Amino acid sequence: MPLVFAGVCSHAPGIVGRADQADPAAKDRLYDAFDDMRRQLEDSEPDALIVVAAEHFANFFMNNMPSFAMGMADYYEGPIENPEWLGIEKTRIPGNRSLSERLINKVMERSDVSYAEEWKFDHGIMVPLHFLTPSYDLPIVPANINCQGPPLPPLHRAWEFGQALREAADSVPERIALIGTGGISHWPATPDSGKINEEWDRRFLDQWSRCDKEAMLSYNDNQSYLDAGQGAFEIRTFMTVSAATEGASGTVHFYEPIPIFAVGCTIATVNL
Amino acid sequence: MQKFLFELNRDEDFQSRYAADRRGALVGFDLSAEEERALTEPDIGLLFHLGVNGQILMHFAALHSIEWQDYLQQMRDGLDRHGPVREGVYAVTGYEGVKAHSDRLGQTSNIENGR
Repeated sequence: MPLVFAGVCSHAPGIVGRADQADPAAKDRLYDAFDDMRRQLEDSEPDALIVVAAEHFANFFMNNMPSFAMGMADYYEGPIENPEWLGIEKTRIPGNRSLSERLINKVMERSDVSYAEEWKFDHGIMVPLHFLTPSYDLPIVPANINCQGPPLPPLHRAWEFGQALREAADSVPERIALIGTGGISHWPATPDSGKINEEWDRRFLDQWSRCDKEAMLSYNDNQSYLDAGQGAFEIRTFMTVSAATEGASGTVHFYEPIPIFAVGCTIATVNL
Repeated sequence: MQKFLFELNRDEDFQSRYAADRRGALVGFDLSAEEERALTEPDIGLLFHLGVNGQILMHFAALHSIEWQDYLQQMRDGLDRHGPVREGVYAVTGYEGVKAHSDRLGQTSNIENGR
């Protein structure tokens, strides 16, 4: 079936783990936006949710790093982080091995994707799920793009991955929802953590909301690193959603820099 | 060094062995004496200086329940003590800090009570 839902959101660990350190009003605005996104997702009545994430060395390391990977299991575990630090308890998250296998087979027709029958979620997936599927009752198909350990897949390959995901979702009878999750500009896990280039973020989100493929593919990592930090490598996840919904506009429901969360917090959906 | 941290961060059994015997947990990894010291103390600043990827280091700091602001400060102290990051994509570009940034945006911050 055609995708029933598509959107993007932030996943910074501080969003939950350091909630008590944030401006309460700013935190509430973000949490309300996550709630609205959850309701939209639920209203779409999905059978499964593909999460395109940029994991942080929870499963994949430089000894054997896939550019693109998808999970193929009946359940996953997470978070790998200290639950007290992240503010999210360890739990088991449902998957759907059969669905994953069918999706992966289709994606492989036009994209080189690795598969993983074991997958431990880190904050990159757990933070979005904490808000969007808080009962952990929706089967998840995790997908990962290497945004952490260069050399990274070129942006146009992320675009092609998104197109392949769309074709795969269209090919199965299940109702598939899709989210991409990552930062825009940010310098996470460095002494500069908290730094945010709001102008850069708003420009990118404008391009994203217009599904401006040419503009998004014109970024290069060297310049993004200078302007927007190494966290900006994760724009690949947002672009993958654009590619999967090419031609559709997006709506940015929430954007606000929240330094203690170390990212310009973003909630946006595609107008399918 | 990063391989050790990758394995440690994702494996609760390994974490238990590390908690019981930090030096013993290093057996089998190709580490210099400096790296062994940084991993067993642990010395977050030295690990950052040596080029440990920040995301890997963040999870390691969380494992040790190092409070967020302390973790950031330990990285800064490491750079002051040892010099710039030797390698990797984690250059430090300069930042006013979370409190000043939050103030500028009109947001309160309660980082003193952080964990």
